[in-house]
Amino acid sequence: MTPPRSVVNSVARSLGAPSGGASSSKGRGAVGVGRVELQHSSDVTSASMCSNPPDLAAVRARLSAAQGPQYWRSLEEITETKEFREFLHREFPQGVSEWNDPVGRRQFLKLMGASLALAGLTACTRQPKETIMPYVRAPEEIVPGQPLFFASAVPFGGIAKGVLVESHMGRPTKIEGNPEHPASLGATDVFAQASVLTLYDPDRSQALTHLGEISSWSTFLGDLREALGGERTRKGAGLRLLTETVTSPTLAHQINGLLQEFPSARWHQYEPANRDNLRQGSLLAFGEYVNTQYHFEKATVILALDSDFLASDPASLRYTREFIARRRMREGQKEMNRLYVVESTPSITGAKADHRLSLQAGQVENFVWALTRELGIPGGQPTTTGAAHSDWIAALARDLKKHRGASLVMAGEAQPPVVHALAHTMNQVLDNVSRTVVYTDPVEAHPVNQIKSLRELVKDVDSGLVNILLILGGNPVYNAPADLGFKERLYKVNLRIHLGLYQNETSELCHWHVPEAHFLESWGDLRAYDGTVTILQPLIEPLYAGKSPHELLAALTDRPDRSSYEIVRDYWKRRLIGIGGQGPVAKPARTVVQPKEPSADFEHRWRKALHDGFIANSAFLPKQVAIPDTDFSREQVVTEAATSNNLEIIFRPDPHIHDGRFANNGWLQELPKPLTRLTWDNAALISPATAEQLGLANEEWVELNYKGRKLPAPVWILPGHANDSVTVHLGYGRTRAGKVGDGRGFNAYSIQTVQAPWFDSGLKLQKTGRRYPLACTQHHHSMEGRNPVRAGTLEEYREHPDFVQEMGETPPPGLTLYQEFKYEGYAWGMVIDLNACTGCNACTVACQAENNIPIVGKDQVANGREMHWIRVDRYYKGEGERALDNPETYHQPVPCMQCENAPCELVCPVAATSHSTEGLNDMVYNRCVGTRYCANNCPYKVRRFNFLLYSDFETPSLKMLRNTDVTVRSRGVMEKCTYCVQRINAAKIAAEKEDRQVRDGEIATACEAVCPAQAIVFGNINDPNSRVSRLKAEKLNYGLLADLNTRPRTTYLAALRNPNPEIKAR
Amino acid sequence: MPQIFHRSTNTFSKLSIFGAFFIIAAIAAVLTAINRSGYVTEAGVTREQPVPFSHRHHVAGMGIDCRYCHTSVENAAFANIPPTKTCMNCHSQIWANSPTLEPVRESFRTEKSIQWTRVHDLPDFAYFDHSIHVNKGIGCSTCHGPVDNMPLVRQENSLQMEWCLDCHRHPERYVRPRQEVFNMEYQPPADQVALGSKLVKEYKIHSLTSCSTCHR
Repeated sequence: MTPPRSVVNSVARSLGAPSGGASSSKGRGAVGVGRVELQHSSDVTSASMCSNPPDLAAVRARLSAAQGPQYWRSLEEITETKEFREFLHREFPQGVSEWNDPVGRRQFLKLMGASLALAGLTACTRQPKETIMPYVRAPEEIVPGQPLFFASAVPFGGIAKGVLVESHMGRPTKIEGNPEHPASLGATDVFAQASVLTLYDPDRSQALTHLGEISSWSTFLGDLREALGGERTRKGAGLRLLTETVTSPTLAHQINGLLQEFPSARWHQYEPANRDNLRQGSLLAFGEYVNTQYHFEKATVILALDSDFLASDPASLRYTREFIARRRMREGQKEMNRLYVVESTPSITGAKADHRLSLQAGQVENFVWALTRELGIPGGQPTTTGAAHSDWIAALARDLKKHRGASLVMAGEAQPPVVHALAHTMNQVLDNVSRTVVYTDPVEAHPVNQIKSLRELVKDVDSGLVNILLILGGNPVYNAPADLGFKERLYKVNLRIHLGLYQNETSELCHWHVPEAHFLESWGDLRAYDGTVTILQPLIEPLYAGKSPHELLAALTDRPDRSSYEIVRDYWKRRLIGIGGQGPVAKPARTVVQPKEPSADFEHRWRKALHDGFIANSAFLPKQVAIPDTDFSREQVVTEAATSNNLEIIFRPDPHIHDGRFANNGWLQELPKPLTRLTWDNAALISPATAEQLGLANEEWVELNYKGRKLPAPVWILPGHANDSVTVHLGYGRTRAGKVGDGRGFNAYSIQTVQAPWFDSGLKLQKTGRRYPLACTQHHHSMEGRNPVRAGTLEEYREHPDFVQEMGETPPPGLTLYQEFKYEGYAWGMVIDLNACTGCNACTVACQAENNIPIVGKDQVANGREMHWIRVDRYYKGEGERALDNPETYHQPVPCMQCENAPCELVCPVAATSHSTEGLNDMVYNRCVGTRYCANNCPYKVRRFNFLLYSDFETPSLKMLRNTDVTVRSRGVMEKCTYCVQRINAAKIAAEKEDRQVRDGEIATACEAVCPAQAIVFGNINDPNSRVSRLKAEKLNYGLLADLNTRPRTTYLAALRNPNPEIKAR
Repeated sequence: MPQIFHRSTNTFSKLSIFGAFFIIAAIAAVLTAINRSGYVTEAGVTREQPVPFSHRHHVAGMGIDCRYCHTSVENAAFANIPPTKTCMNCHSQIWANSPTLEPVRESFRTEKSIQWTRVHDLPDFAYFDHSIHVNKGIGCSTCHGPVDNMPLVRQENSLQMEWCLDCHRHPERYVRPRQEVFNMEYQPPADQVALGSKLVKEYKIHSLTSCSTCHR
């Protein structure tokens, strides 16, 4: 079942011929790790009870009368609709066990024949003949079966997050954070975790093509050089380069070299989820581009203005760590920071807020003006928004002033430049600069206003000035705002060349498409949020002979055959002098680094940089900048609040698919979005009040009408969303993404405009009377109103530390008829700190990557068959009139509880799940016969059943993705979280060989290792000094459904909030 | 209507009802025996290899240690099959023109692996780690048998779960001093259980029989 193990020496060799693998996967409906066979299917037996719109008035009535549950997952749960009760009472949703995909006659006969043929063979267990192919000359460092880790970085928005990549015999299989890298600190995010799946995606572009026909690199070079020859005489007046955000010093150096050779050529940068507003804001405030860094570890009061810094910032991993470190009430910590969030679309940052104000995106500016006035900063007109929230603003201003030098104001990338300028001003007035806020040079090699840059390009294209357009990465045909007409004008360019990982919408309209090397396949360099440079090193030869941008740019020079390695190394050869060891050299490379002769110890520095995962002391030094004039009144735009006749539309990158680049990544598609818990689709998100006013229900198909452009979209009601405002996520509606991503959701770019790429008013909604089924997981695996989340306020905790214990009953040990287990060696346990968890979902994807968990597709998700071993439940809390409009939000990761008195173990007729000597509830796949009794008896709903053959045993490239230490499960088998028993065993074997005990912290489960908030702690509870034992002794510790006497090994620390006593409402 | 069966068949049918128990038991016994036989487990079956490599010659004859070729056996789960280079260390000098060794030379020339037939093949849901067994005093020959006496390697034991569990339940019956692990001529002493019990304590050997010890 794990192919790489049995042919362990052969895998690295087989990489030499990857194209064979590629071709055999064509034409199959299965991509990603599982089978995905659904397009817009109307026959989904939707288990997400959205068929009847909930009566919102009834919801409000129940909430205000405090009749409903204290914590709720959805509107249906509060009203306890008939469908909801029915759903809840079935362990598996209706029809879940039936094969209800349409089966054709042919398929039926095929299956019949196959099952008859197999029926006689089931008893036969003779092993097939296998071969072992050892190396011819073994590389010194590779020990077969022992993984190696290489430091590199994952680019996101062009900016690096440092990682360590696990390599099994030359196959990168798993990403871990690099503890020494400033932007990672050992953690990673969902995108980094899922990037290995993109690497092995069989839909990646596999050949260089010319007009859709497979061609060769040399033909391409010939064509390109001929065209360039013509340009040379015109100094490159017709040459244009379009890239995404570039921080790579080497790439920038190459581009600058090209621009010197062709002085009239132009370099444009564009990506839709850009940071233009941040850049323009700094230009407005300081008169120059600066990069802002925040020090959350020093901030006591934080104000986030539509800023999702826990998820979408280049430094979000670090910020999460530092922000949460100030909130964790454990190990003697007594103080907590306080977070105020003003936002339109609910985000995970808003979910962590102590006070959250739900405002339309367009109203945030009004709010900020009112706040600056309250803080005594001159300028700005009073607005109605400010007046409406004057108490809140006054209390916030007092809190900020009270914590001068220890407060922090930050604005999100969607807010206009003036909001950023005002945030800078507030930080200056509050003495936060060089305490909690630090300015440095920009990390972008060439910071520009990207929307403006793209506009100029389109203008030049339109006027026929562009002869050669080189698109390095990106997908502008798909993701440029609709009114720009990029797609319609592109044909005017004589030679269009696209470099990309996929044959996408853009490559379709280009003459040449060059397959791009994945970042795990090529050399490169990138800067992190603070300027730290990481040298990217390849983990594997390019699977499809892809080229890196470095190599493509080299093709334009007189040395076209230089490899990425030579290019990157040559660049650093003359620049690594002085960096690392000889004191900090921390300015941008382009100004510091005077090219000198290569130093003798370059090799040493180079290797050290590769080993560490970053070039030491390459971070930018703080920079002193001043705001010459703090009065930005001339920039004020007083916007009236949008109304139900004139709605606001908000564009946001999707939390998992981002700008659409991850559309073909099944792990990310199937990952439930942090707040909506939707999978495989985007939706038009609206608030309950707006839904009520417009008479809309979940899944109702409406037509968005904005500036004359129309777009059909399903509605999803999201508590906490700003009223009269509609959020649409970008990145869906792809037509050339691949088998996984094609045709999912709707394309919000098709109504986006250049003037207002983030939000605008003037939207109208029209009902169509149709429905569109969405696959939402928020009711799956529900534990029915048993106080799964426990939470309180800091005040409560201080006055009455036992309040969490009193929320539920924990039976004393010994109350069982079964004989108790004794644990003489280790006893593994886990604590999950709800106070730290931000709900970012990284644990779910990390678990998926570590444990070979398949994806199942939208139909199957709608049937409640998703396979994630650790799910992140989202609960709302709130009573009273306003509860629905702005509820408190909690996230609770739920892995297997590894119960002491495990209900699952007792009901298995074949002892396929049994108790280990270390307290794990072991799951033995080869014994399981699929009765599903265990899942039925599990109160936590953490067991997952392979109803169909979800794992892909056929696609060759996906075989290389597997973790060789974990069995790939077949159809008819139950599976669940194992506490990463493969990691436990590996650590135990290592310790036994050294004749010692496993050290505390030596074993990190995949979910623990990935967590930026360090919310998950795993260890030996038999050792009273282990971290996990100490946490279990905390007053906040409680067991989930402990009253059932299951005695869970996984326990939780209750969540705490630190509200400002001066503010009554949230 | 005349009777179809003669009266004597009554005895026959009575006997067969009575005998059904034995018949079923006999079928079960035969099936079990087949399942444990070399036909299913392939124990004792000598495999063809692309090069007729003789462990008897190299180990017993030349006295080469196991670890000269199987280098990772002490540190990794997998006891590796040596790269072609290891063969060529000697065979570029000795028997350098032997036609039998042509596949080895060819592999070295063409950089293509020799495809050895796997002899010891556990099911893919069982995870075995050589290093820990070797470090805890389980000798090579305990599981692999007298490899030094095999011209072509065969699987000595069934590799079935009951065989694994026998040792996991009673390690004292099989464990030997660490320095003897790679000694192919080692014979357990008459008081193996006494020695074994002492070593089990000394090496801190736990009787690991949880499912997740091997299955995950």
